[in-house]
Amino acid sequence: MDERGIEPAARTPTPRPVSRRRLLGGVGVAASAAAMSVIPLASITLDEQKPSAATAATTAKRQWAFVIDLRRCDGCKKCTEACQKEHFLPKDHEWIRVVEIKGPQGSYFFPRICQQCENPPCLKVCPTAATFKNPEGVILVDQDRCIGCRMCMAACPYEARYFNYKDPIKPKGAFDNPMPEFPVPQQKGTVGKCVLCVHNADKGKLPFCVDACVMDALYIADLNSDVMTNASGETYQLSKYLHDNDAFRYKEELNTSPRVWYVAGHAQDLDY
Amino acid sequence: MSSFAATHASYEEAAFRPVVQRPGLVWWGLFTVLSAAIVVGAVAYAYQLREGLNVTGLNQRVSWGFYISNLVFFIGISYGGAITSAILRLTNAPWRAPLTRMAEGMAVASLVVGAVFPIIDLGRPDHMYQLFVHGQVGSPVLWDVVAISTYLVASLVFIYLPLIPDIALCRDRLASSAGPVRRLLYRGLSLGWKGTGEQRRVLNMGMTVLAILIIPLAVSVHSVLAWLFGVTVRPGWDSTIFAPYFVMGAMYSGVGSVILVMAAFRWAYHLDAYITPKHFRYLGYMLLVLGMGYLYFMVAEYLTEGYKLHQQTGDLLELVMLGKLASLFWLFVIGGLLLPIAVVAIPATRTVPFITLAALAAVLGMWLKRFLIVVPSLAESLSPTTKLTIYHPTWVEISITIAAAAAIPWLLMVFFRLFPIISVFEMDEVAEAEERKAEELGAAPVQAMGVAQ
Repeated sequence: MDERGIEPAARTPTPRPVSRRRLLGGVGVAASAAAMSVIPLASITLDEQKPSAATAATTAKRQWAFVIDLRRCDGCKKCTEACQKEHFLPKDHEWIRVVEIKGPQGSYFFPRICQQCENPPCLKVCPTAATFKNPEGVILVDQDRCIGCRMCMAACPYEARYFNYKDPIKPKGAFDNPMPEFPVPQQKGTVGKCVLCVHNADKGKLPFCVDACVMDALYIADLNSDVMTNASGETYQLSKYLHDNDAFRYKEELNTSPRVWYVAGHAQDLDY
Repeated sequence: MSSFAATHASYEEAAFRPVVQRPGLVWWGLFTVLSAAIVVGAVAYAYQLREGLNVTGLNQRVSWGFYISNLVFFIGISYGGAITSAILRLTNAPWRAPLTRMAEGMAVASLVVGAVFPIIDLGRPDHMYQLFVHGQVGSPVLWDVVAISTYLVASLVFIYLPLIPDIALCRDRLASSAGPVRRLLYRGLSLGWKGTGEQRRVLNMGMTVLAILIIPLAVSVHSVLAWLFGVTVRPGWDSTIFAPYFVMGAMYSGVGSVILVMAAFRWAYHLDAYITPKHFRYLGYMLLVLGMGYLYFMVAEYLTEGYKLHQQTGDLLELVMLGKLASLFWLFVIGGLLLPIAVVAIPATRTVPFITLAALAAVLGMWLKRFLIVVPSLAESLSPTTKLTIYHPTWVEISITIAAAAAIPWLLMVFFRLFPIISVFEMDEVAEAEERKAEELGAAPVQAMGVAQ
């Protein structure tokens, strides 16, 4: 693994032509296979029915990642709006939160989402394994299992988790079967977070925030096929793009190993 | 009548005063006020159960507030009660006998109250069974569930063992005056105690084992509580010193609480002959030493953090020491820490009323300190993406907190209406030992301890 945390195997030297269809096209969630070679003590669950870090298959078809190009973000917050509209979230639940940060050379906009850590502090502290990692590397919350202790909120270094203090907004449509991948409506008294909208991939759709980004600053990516793509269909080889653009990860020093990469633009001092 | 029999009769009478005496106007008045506070708290919790945690002042950044502060505080004072009693028993300090019962009673009452707070704090108490179905050994929350419940069982046994001979005494003494329910209670709980040599041997062995067990148990409970915070990367919480720091604070506030309980029952039941200024002085010394210990930990923590002054830690220290919360912080340092230390250190103020006042300041101060540990680290932003967030507790949180504080004296008042307030069994043990020692020395039998002063 190099300093950017990309598996060497994922850094194939020859770019492959990959279409959006190929990246997102309809293969269901791969069945779990070989367990990860290193199983952290904290991720041992007493119940093996639910995929967790211990059972996450490295051979899952997709290993989702996310790329944010700070050079393009103009702070319009269309991503936040789309996310809140599609997930029926209240205004204070910003699963993707765009903030203006004053840097030494002026200000810039910084979208913060769940970093989908490979070593997630929120998952380690969860007393009931309500927070789990699915085989495709996405950190999800089973709200039927969440007791609402909010330990994960205290543990998340990115402040990316939100508690449902109020009654959730109930959609008018036929959504009455919330699941961890698409937790709509949210359950009162439990914690919610960005789900990376992987349920959309099976329908060939982008995550709502990526789709809504008029600046094409947000990319959904797959570590397995080494591909990233945005709302306009700009598609790059992930590892090459990250390398060429000096991409960095948020709070790298915490060793949470995020699956979200940022490309610095102007005004950043790179000291998060 | 021998001198032993005479002193035994007098302290047995004192121990039974709260049980035998008809409650006066003060008792009923206080009982009514405390009950009212508890009822208000219960109504507030019922309201919270219906409406959810939205009725609290908690928000997306400050997601732990009064409830978690109360959890740490009440379990902390419980710890102090248990450890005072256990250490004094193990070191065989003869002056302990009149106050172990009160210390243990306070320990159990505050533990029961403290153990309720993690449940009150839950967003989904109806999902709590998941802890038993899908419990994760890696989660500090589960460590807490295990530690607190083990400690609760141990404390109940710890107070119960020396109570067995006293319940037998209740059974025999109150056979005619107590109602049928109480007679049944005494008969059942005394487990057929007759005071035979074998029974006493077994009981003493059990008490010693538990006195030894309860100390590491109490230390582990409070360490685990500290790790709720210590396992995170938040400024102020991200500290290796947290477990001993919490344990020290728990002992400090716990000894303060023992002094308060002692002062209250001494005054209410005129126990001056047994709870003497010496007891206040000795516990005062413990308060002083523990206060100094806490001060040392606090300085060690803040000095090393403040010297390096990392970005976020710097913001936190500024918030706590100079910013919005500075008045609370310095109130604790001066009123809750330096003042109690000074009161005990200065001989002129080393009196019962002043030491009681110092203990009150220490206990209230430690609540404030717990709050200042829990909330500012959440309120302070962890990254440039969030801002300092203020937390305003609501009437629901305040009522539940007041109810919890009221529940401890309420439980003690009821408990000591049923059981002797002084451990007659331990008074006997100490008095007999003293008499034996006196006979060996060939001197006249000294008065049982606690009576002299």
